[in-house]
Amino acid sequence: MINQSTDVTWVEEPEIGFWEATFLPAIISGIKTTLGHVGNGKTVTQQYPEVKPNLPLHYRGIHRLNRDEQGRVKCVACMLCATACPANCIHIEAAAAPPEWPDRDKFPATFVLDELRCIYCGMCEEACPVDAIELTHIYDMTGETRESLNLNRERLLEIYDQTKDNPRDPIRTRRGKLGPAAEFVDLPAVGPATAVGVAERSAKTSSPGVIRPMGPDPNK
Amino acid sequence: MPEISQNLFEIIVTFLTITLVVNAILGICSYLIMLERKLSAWMQDRVGPNRTGPWGLLQPIADGAKFLLKEEVIPDHCNKVLFVIAPTISVFTTLLAFAIVPYGPVGEMPIEWLRFIIAPNVDIGMVFIFAVTSLAVYGIILGGWASNNKYSALGSLRASAQVVSYEIPLGLSVVGIALLAGTLNLEKIMAQQATAGFWGWNFWLQPLACLIFFTSALAESNRLPFDLSECEQELVGGFHTEYSALKFGLFFLGEYTHVITSAFLLVILFFGGWQLPWIATPESSFALAWLVKMLVLMTKVLLVIVVVMLLRWTIPRFRFDQLMGLAWKVLIPLSIANMVAVMFVRQFNWNPWWLPAISLALFIAAGVIGATTTRSEISRRPLATAKLASAH
Repeated sequence: MINQSTDVTWVEEPEIGFWEATFLPAIISGIKTTLGHVGNGKTVTQQYPEVKPNLPLHYRGIHRLNRDEQGRVKCVACMLCATACPANCIHIEAAAAPPEWPDRDKFPATFVLDELRCIYCGMCEEACPVDAIELTHIYDMTGETRESLNLNRERLLEIYDQTKDNPRDPIRTRRGKLGPAAEFVDLPAVGPATAVGVAERSAKTSSPGVIRPMGPDPNK
Repeated sequence: MPEISQNLFEIIVTFLTITLVVNAILGICSYLIMLERKLSAWMQDRVGPNRTGPWGLLQPIADGAKFLLKEEVIPDHCNKVLFVIAPTISVFTTLLAFAIVPYGPVGEMPIEWLRFIIAPNVDIGMVFIFAVTSLAVYGIILGGWASNNKYSALGSLRASAQVVSYEIPLGLSVVGIALLAGTLNLEKIMAQQATAGFWGWNFWLQPLACLIFFTSALAESNRLPFDLSECEQELVGGFHTEYSALKFGLFFLGEYTHVITSAFLLVILFFGGWQLPWIATPESSFALAWLVKMLVLMTKVLLVIVVVMLLRWTIPRFRFDQLMGLAWKVLIPLSIANMVAVMFVRQFNWNPWWLPAISLALFIAAGVIGATTTRSEISRRPLATAKLASAH
């Protein structure tokens, strides 16, 4: 739709007077401005390694794997974070939980998070039903090789130990026993909002989805 | 054979002076770059380089080492001979021009070999400088052309048009000085102003010429606001897009040496050289007077360079048609009128203090003409409201 003529403000070119035509007053007032900035001694620069920046509270830095109150890894290896991850940077191998963990079926035997592939979107944190993976405010992690930034379970747990007493972390999730999903007593009835017949599904195979580890496809 | 030994002495002294001056210029250049970076930072409320050494004072050395050690890329399909020669021409010509620029009180030699100038008694002084510095555009043109790159070629075309245009007001603006002084010799012009005292500085007689000279010198050295040849928005890097490492450094050095030479010329021609009332006059005979005079000259030059750097972040870059319009429609007519005025004053032996009045009158005339032409041009354009009416 074309704008109404009442919506448009037309600006006429300003009149050029004698002083504008000679350039000099504009140049002198400009030099006054620049000189004022030279003299005022103010800087907006932060001297970074000495002065750390004040990050916003919702800043998303590297991940951590939380521990529960017994010091065990909170993760139940449900693969939801790996599924939600748009960058495919989380690789989990699940294993049956040891018999002395009666409240778990599974736990992550390995949990590798490639911090170089990660786009720090926070979807893993959103997806996690037990609040096990969280993003911290740490932004300045460096490494000398690519492999050194594939954080494994122990290193992610170490990051939890480093940041658990930091008032900034966790940023958004709350600390419960195992997270909100574990505290459901009665599972709410979940069903599709509208009835969908088998023929209307876009997925045509009845087999459950398989989360493949990264790397060459073993089926090929 | 006293004559041969005298000649040998002359040669050794000249080589010594050249070595000293060239090395001093290179050192000063690198620290001017540091100063420019610091000043730019302060103007933009930043800190500037402060990590290399105390207060970042070793930054120029790090920059120089970087220029030396980085990979030199010579692109394929370029004219390799010209590609290599271009930056050397750029530096060579600007350094050559410095040969006849006096950098101290010439004629007052405390030690026989300290003569404050590389080549003394060059009577065509100013002509030599303009001839040699205008050769520097060859470096830019050849560099841009040999790169075999559209942007470089466009940048060097712009640079050549710009330098050729601004040569004219640059030369014409100092003709008045030459007529008033009766010589082209820079040492003599400086000495005349020094003996005439503060009110004998050529600036008071030729303020308009000073303004024209300063503007044209900025354009000649391709400094902002006239650096269209390396306009990043349109031309990537202009003529030095393809240059890297030391060859880029040489272009940079050439530009800075050009700025230094221009600043020296401005101070020597218009601001009395080493003369400063009560501090450095021809009568001051205390010990180390020569050092004080040299420092006065250097301080004036530094002030001019600082103004150049201030202007860099004050005025936005000109559009190319504005640049050409400024040279051909404003500066050249003004400098010709100024030159004719000096001729009249000299020919009919009028009081020279008419000259500043004439300068002022010319300046006002230029302003009035500029304002009226711009106004009439604007008035001939359709009004915005009329455009709106015609659009519906």
